Amino acid sequence: MEIPTTAVDIAWNVRNNIVKATDVVEQHLAAIAEREPEVHAFNLVLADEARARAAEIDDAVSVGRDPGLLAGVPVALKDNMCTRGIPTTCSSKILGDWRPPYDATVVTRLVEAGAIVVGKTNLDEFAMGSSTENSAFGPTRNPLDTSRVPGGSSGGSSAAVAAKFASLGFGSDTGGSIRQPAALCGVVGVKPTYGAVSRLGLIAFGSSLDQIGPFAHTVADAALALEAISGHDPGDSTSIQQGPLQLTRQLDMGVAGLRVGRITDLPTGASPDVEERVEVAFDALRAAGAEIVDVEVPAFTYGLTAYYLIAPAEASSNLARFDGVRFGMRVDAPDTNAMYMATRTEGFGDEVKRRIMLGTYALSAGYYDAYYGRAQKVRRLIANDFAAAYEQADVLVLPSSPSVAFEIGDKASDPLAMYLCDTYTIPSNLTGDPAMSVPYGTGEHGLPVGVQVIAPALHDDVMFRTAATLERSLG
Amino acid sequence: MAKVAKLARLTLTDDELAAATEQLGKMLDHFADIDALDLDGLEPMMQPTPLANVMREDIEADTLDRDEVLAAAPSAEDGRFRVPPIIGLDE
Repeated sequence: MEIPTTAVDIAWNVRNNIVKATDVVEQHLAAIAEREPEVHAFNLVLADEARARAAEIDDAVSVGRDPGLLAGVPVALKDNMCTRGIPTTCSSKILGDWRPPYDATVVTRLVEAGAIVVGKTNLDEFAMGSSTENSAFGPTRNPLDTSRVPGGSSGGSSAAVAAKFASLGFGSDTGGSIRQPAALCGVVGVKPTYGAVSRLGLIAFGSSLDQIGPFAHTVADAALALEAISGHDPGDSTSIQQGPLQLTRQLDMGVAGLRVGRITDLPTGASPDVEERVEVAFDALRAAGAEIVDVEVPAFTYGLTAYYLIAPAEASSNLARFDGVRFGMRVDAPDTNAMYMATRTEGFGDEVKRRIMLGTYALSAGYYDAYYGRAQKVRRLIANDFAAAYEQADVLVLPSSPSVAFEIGDKASDPLAMYLCDTYTIPSNLTGDPAMSVPYGTGEHGLPVGVQVIAPALHDDVMFRTAATLERSLG
Repeated sequence: MAKVAKLARLTLTDDELAAATEQLGKMLDHFADIDALDLDGLEPMMQPTPLANVMREDIEADTLDRDEVLAAAPSAEDGRFRVPPIIGLDE
């Protein structure tokens, strides 16, 4: 019996007692043993815990109990999601060996659905970056070409799925941190509507932008994952007051009659190989019965500026809690203020310091109105422009990343060049709308290209139908 | 930049300060693209969803375990976080 790799197949086979969760886990642990040393997707592999959990699931099935939607599915968690009693580092020195006293809601829901956590994955420190190079524990490498980055900041989870270390990965997306690495690693990556998945236990970067979502081998796997983790959580005040997203039953509905928007004034900068694949995607959707319509989103181009003022501002506030008092490491000093300074100076990496400084500046007296205040108005302008575009189109299709995976070190010394990686993903974080990247063939060097589908808030189902149609069009 | 670093509770070396000043300058140049926009009449957008005050139901529930929380801190004593002196040594 061959062990399946997709979450849908694993869960179906385990729930029906055809495949043992134990065998599923062993296969994934074997893949980790073989390739993890060169990929470095994980900060921590939880082999013993995963084996014990798999045995529990097999026991449940053997006595006729259903372990749940994700029975036996090995999952990899970005290491900024709290796991009770298990180190949670954000790939930063400042958290030391901090062990959270609680599980993130997403972790609780995954475990309740029968999923098996195989490890905590690497990220750009505190989710700030687009390459997973800015980690206190060293870079993650793209499993498709280990001289290249996997994207970021959720590069560890993306690489873990691409390398088949896990069937599903979970990441957080503040400005593209799920969709861009998904594109670069050739997997599906989804940022659902803001508030669809609880942020309780996700260590905050930009609270009004952060959203948790899955990495998956297929669109159907991503849909199943979201059904398991979404739905209201009283522990997150920004959680939408409704039940779990309903996605899987509509995946086969197709796009006949759907209006798919092409943004005619999209910022330039995508490489020709990426643009070509997006054109092929429009052709496929038209062939499947969609109507392709031209729309304008004039403020799209200002997204980068609004984001790089708002996100660092929120980060500078959120990261104030890392002061050597409650979590992880402390550098001793004679008084409290000196201890704060010494701990933060020693504990944070360069990019995190850069963003904290930028955010502190944007919020400081005398500059608040000019920077943070204006950025918030630009955010409104962008949301208004998207709302107008969505009167003419049901979904929009565009690149996920301007280019295929780049070489490790390529953009490491130029923060602004790195920030430009997020050009096409940022606006959906500002608006809170759902967005996902679907692998859609290859570009330069035979590396994967991701096509992005975005939709209005709470229309995640229409986005998934479009993504499933694209996936099917590849055959 | 030195003032910003102090506000952010970070100590930067002279070299780091010079680099930060240059990088921040470049970014602010790029961010000048929004300077010309007419934003009059637009409400600042703080977050994506229209939110009202959110209340939870007034029922008892477990809270975090104090010992577990303190065990994860750098220093604790008598059920509290322990820190160095706060006043008396500064300035």
